[in-house]
Amino acid sequence: MTTTRRVTANQHRKRAMWQKAICYVFLTLAGVVVFFPIYYAIATSFFTPAESLSYPPTLFPSKITLVSYEEALRRAPVFRFILNSFIVSASVMFGQLITASLAAYSFSFLEYKGRQVLFYIVLSTMMVPWEVTIISNYLTIKALNWTDTYLGLSVPFMASAFGIFLLRQGFMTIPRELKDAAEIDGCSDLRFFTTIVLPLSRPMMATLAVYTFLNTYNQYLWPLLVTNVDRMRTVQIGLAMLQWDESVAWNSTMAGVVMVLVPTAILMLFGHKQLVSGLTSGALKG
Amino acid sequence: MEGAFAVLQMDRASRKHRELRKFVQGFLYLVPAIVVFVAFVFYPLANSIKLSLYQTDLFGKGQVFVGVQQYKDIFASGDFGRSLKITFLYALYTVIPGIVISLLLALMANWRLAGIRVYRMIFSSPIVVAVASASIIWAMIFSPAQGMLRYILSLFGRPPVNWLADPKWALLSVSMVAVWRGLGFNTILLLSGIQSVSEELYESAKLDGAGPWTMFWKMTLPMISPVLMFLLVVSTINALQSFGEINILTQGGPAGSTKVVVYSIYREAFFNYNFGFAAAEAMVLFLIVLILTIIQFGLMERQVFYQ
Repeated sequence: MTTTRRVTANQHRKRAMWQKAICYVFLTLAGVVVFFPIYYAIATSFFTPAESLSYPPTLFPSKITLVSYEEALRRAPVFRFILNSFIVSASVMFGQLITASLAAYSFSFLEYKGRQVLFYIVLSTMMVPWEVTIISNYLTIKALNWTDTYLGLSVPFMASAFGIFLLRQGFMTIPRELKDAAEIDGCSDLRFFTTIVLPLSRPMMATLAVYTFLNTYNQYLWPLLVTNVDRMRTVQIGLAMLQWDESVAWNSTMAGVVMVLVPTAILMLFGHKQLVSGLTSGALKG
Repeated sequence: MEGAFAVLQMDRASRKHRELRKFVQGFLYLVPAIVVFVAFVFYPLANSIKLSLYQTDLFGKGQVFVGVQQYKDIFASGDFGRSLKITFLYALYTVIPGIVISLLLALMANWRLAGIRVYRMIFSSPIVVAVASASIIWAMIFSPAQGMLRYILSLFGRPPVNWLADPKWALLSVSMVAVWRGLGFNTILLLSGIQSVSEELYESAKLDGAGPWTMFWKMTLPMISPVLMFLLVVSTINALQSFGEINILTQGGPAGSTKVVVYSIYREAFFNYNFGFAAAEAMVLFLIVLILTIIQFGLMERQVFYQ
């Protein structure tokens, strides 16, 4: 009796082990397929020109050389593109943090007539897609003489209904009693906002910061329209410049892709958890 | 008596005054955001409506009022109808496969195994790749001369496909890039949806003898249906407005087979300087997106109700 039970326990353990192994096989297969394009871009950036043109394609670089990176930097001012994107993304990020936190404070802590209407007006901007506004915005930027400037690249995005909504959700979790106590102590709204509300909402602010930075860094159409000189190009447009030069092998193009990818990859590595928890609580639990 | 009336009046006046002060105070905090919205959302929206009703010159100045003529024109030419059809097809190719694949990945990423975090990270990795980078990487993979896809097909004894230059394949190829790029975001969202289903529910279902298949259809799927709905609408809205992949990979070609609505707007406005025509096209797309957005808001309301 005891031996048969031990046998079945053993069989069970064996089956569980097999099940686990199969799970890992599936996970690894899926992982390879999903990650392949990124891996292949990195690998290609280390290829020699001959390797990157070989057929059948090579999968592993024979040795790590930085030749293609030097080549990419010769062909296009990649660091300048990255710097431009950083300046624009940081401006939009700070701009949105300021406009969104102020507006969210008004919508969560201040009480006045017409607040709800104003909130709906702000939310309604979410319904206007960019293709409707882009022609007119392009004409505005041109009229202001803001083409090829950081202002033209960043100012139109310095407020977003999404950011206001997200921070408002965060602010509303701060107990009202704090505000009442502050009022009794004679603390002004502005002081309450800067010394209590902002420090308490750091996680939500961080979420908005990471989200906005990533989105701006990855912008494509707007910088394509409002920049004409290489000096002012941002990364995504600059990359497209590295591309359709048939005379050049893929390795230096991929070196450019990898250089542009590094900052967002680092940002995601550190901001991933923040972004996920913030966005899911803000966007989904409404 | 008169005194009391005066006090009442003063009281009313001061209350009004106080209300106004409160309003001004509240409004001041909104001013920075509202300035941006007025300049870059509301004014351009009004301007686009105006542009769509006027025939414009090269500088985008409204010239001659033509009413709904341009709306009639875009539909009469047939090109716009074709663009709309291509756009819906593109949405079909990207949204459903994107969500199904992400759901599979999210279910796998929810397995309780050692090292699952590494897999989660890998599954969400496409989120860091921006549209231009992704398009260029895939252009290399699609390359008809020495691309990886050609090699993989050859392993199965299949002839090479001219992915981006063949009108039969171009839209599908561009869709593949879009699906891959969306995997990261979709998987992250679906995984957090799946994780929010309580463990106890699964345990009690297991005790009742429910198999994994039944649990998926009867429990997981209904529980994450709000996330699925949200993704469905958001992905559709995004797909209808796709531009980057198409501009980089195919430029609307070959033979106009990937000329989606936004690409058509872009060509009309910034190459043909036909701002009015482009604005009319944009307004039609706006109406379609608006309807979807209203549906989304409706769904989100219901979701709040559920909770």
